[in-house]
Amino acid sequence: MKVALLQGGRSLERGVSLRSGARVTEALLDLGHQVEPLDLGPDLVPRLEALQPDVAFIALHGTEGEDGTVQALLELLGIPHTGPGVAACQRCMDKSLSKFIFREHGIPTPDWVTYSEAAIRDFGAASTFARAVDRVGLPLVAKPASQGSSLGVKVVTGAEAIPGALITALSYDSRALLETWVSGRELAVSVLGNEALPVVEAIPTDSNAYDFEARYEIGGAHFVCPAELGGAVTEEVNRIALAAYNALGCSGFSRVDLILGEDGPQVLEVNAIPGLTETSLLPQAAEAAGVSFDQMVAKILDLAR
Amino acid sequence: MRSSAMRDMMAITARPEVISLAGGLPDTSTFPPEAFAAEMDRIVRGSVAEVLQYGPTEGLDLVREQIVNVMAAEDMRVDAMDVTVTTGGQQAIDLITKVLIDPGDALICDAPTYPGAIPTFCSYEADVIQIECDDDGMRIDLLEQAIADLAAQGRRPKFIYSIPTFQNPGGVTLSLERRRRLVEIAREQEILVVEDNPYGLLRYEGESLPTLYSLDGGTYVVYLGTFSKILSAGLRIGWTVAPTPIREKIVLGKQAADLCTSTLTQDFAGEYFRKGRWQEYVDDLIGIYRSRRDAMVGAMAEYFPHGSTWTRPEGGLFVWATMPEVLNTEDLLAKALSKNVAFVPGTAAYVDGRGANSMRLNFSGVREDRIIEGIRRIGEAASEQLFLYETMTGTGEMKLPPLPEDYQ
Repeated sequence: MKVALLQGGRSLERGVSLRSGARVTEALLDLGHQVEPLDLGPDLVPRLEALQPDVAFIALHGTEGEDGTVQALLELLGIPHTGPGVAACQRCMDKSLSKFIFREHGIPTPDWVTYSEAAIRDFGAASTFARAVDRVGLPLVAKPASQGSSLGVKVVTGAEAIPGALITALSYDSRALLETWVSGRELAVSVLGNEALPVVEAIPTDSNAYDFEARYEIGGAHFVCPAELGGAVTEEVNRIALAAYNALGCSGFSRVDLILGEDGPQVLEVNAIPGLTETSLLPQAAEAAGVSFDQMVAKILDLAR
Repeated sequence: MRSSAMRDMMAITARPEVISLAGGLPDTSTFPPEAFAAEMDRIVRGSVAEVLQYGPTEGLDLVREQIVNVMAAEDMRVDAMDVTVTTGGQQAIDLITKVLIDPGDALICDAPTYPGAIPTFCSYEADVIQIECDDDGMRIDLLEQAIADLAAQGRRPKFIYSIPTFQNPGGVTLSLERRRRLVEIAREQEILVVEDNPYGLLRYEGESLPTLYSLDGGTYVVYLGTFSKILSAGLRIGWTVAPTPIREKIVLGKQAADLCTSTLTQDFAGEYFRKGRWQEYVDDLIGIYRSRRDAMVGAMAEYFPHGSTWTRPEGGLFVWATMPEVLNTEDLLAKALSKNVAFVPGTAAYVDGRGANSMRLNFSGVREDRIIEGIRRIGEAASEQLFLYETMTGTGEMKLPPLPEDYQ
């Protein structure tokens, strides 16, 4: 097949995307496909029209690639693509919208409040911070509504730190969430073709639980797959993860991030297009299920529509 | 800048629509193509076999002799025998660290320091102690205190690494008085000073100061130089000048690293410098960079928010700007990138998380109109963040310094 591999772009996750793209290209070539790598830019549509690919493999992360922009273009051009469709991408990208949908479907997710930059700047929303703290409690996590990675995320232990944390979060998006910080084990369930792959657990190397940023340093966390949870808990985690995946209308593949606290698993977010580098969580989970990288890519391609 | 997410973020700066004030790029677009063609012609006519061959680890004699001449332009007298050609100044930093540092050894450098040196120091597991700089460069009183503190623990710094002239990233220059004192300390306490001097010839105003090397005569000062900023960064030619015992170790280290620096680029550079016209090119660069510096600091005065400060370097490639304390320049970078402009956040120049509200801005690699537009966008992003912060905390909590008297 003639595959247009979409990568790069100008999102803050461009670097990861280029690595995902390079690894996927290798796999596609191994599988005998013809691959045309395309870096997102002003020439995207003309190049796609000239290329007439059979399918577009989307190895983009962050805005534009994961928020449905590119998917909408591909659907208009009549080019089948990998991963979730436009609506599911938009639901995943907007963490606040995701959580409303989780609530509607009875899927547990930590409590939260969303602030837009406009509400703070123009409507005096800052005087509601005390109410927000009453609702979500302390510590809380401040995060941009629409970034896939750890960028802009801060743990707040005292109300006085909220303005600073919101400035950080609002540097990455025009809306930010203040979310209840849940103490627990960090889990990721990758879903491939509507089936949950073995659960991955991220275990922070540093025992300081509040030092959220440190986990994303090199060596800040190590990953265990399959996570040692026991049969019943694994089943419960998978059930909730699949419910979240379906509630947002995902298809093809995605990754559901959860936290396993005292009250059981709660969903934090769904990544419409998770990382596809050799060391990313989805390929690790696939590997644990006996699915090689090439087989995983073949499956993702097969599910394109 | 330690986080990998942050490094990934910098991947966007390669996009053509981004005004990148983040690099340390010299402007190579003005290098005369005739001069380039002349060197290549000469190679084609007479030395193809030689330039395709390995060369001596120490470097070609031709290049070592030209390095002696280039250093003489800054009043340094060296013997070509003491020069080791390296693959860029970066390899010079790597080799000197490799040769002198065992894991856990103390090393002293400027605060902030060259961001590219930090990964090198860390990869050899040096214990990096950074000494605060002010407008006159490294604070020698703090340096003496740090050496005394180490001595109290029975330790000595293996070396003091500094860029005394037009420092990267600070843009500041070590004063003559401090230069003299630093060399004295080196002698009194028998501590090596590694003087990194990539920008010394790029002075846009003011009087030249003697290098540490010339003040010391090369006993306790190891000198690192480069052609990157006066000819080409792409040729990858730098050098060290070191006393014999250290030089021998450097050569061994280089042998292990890459046997020799590219013979082709050495031949090109050696002959180019031998023709003696290089000063004219450097003079051209000085004119270009001076205008760009003026454009940058002028735009900062116009667009940066009240409460921010910046250096006004007399030479070199960088301005160091500091925003009001409530701002974090890693966050500001995210916002700036959404406006298609990039800089290096200050934390990249420290080992310990300092510099959170500072940034390094390069003016040599970008045209004036783009510099002004880039600074305008950064100023806009910073002002938006400050306004938001002020809205959340109420006026009066921003703790801004009073307006300077000459503020317009």
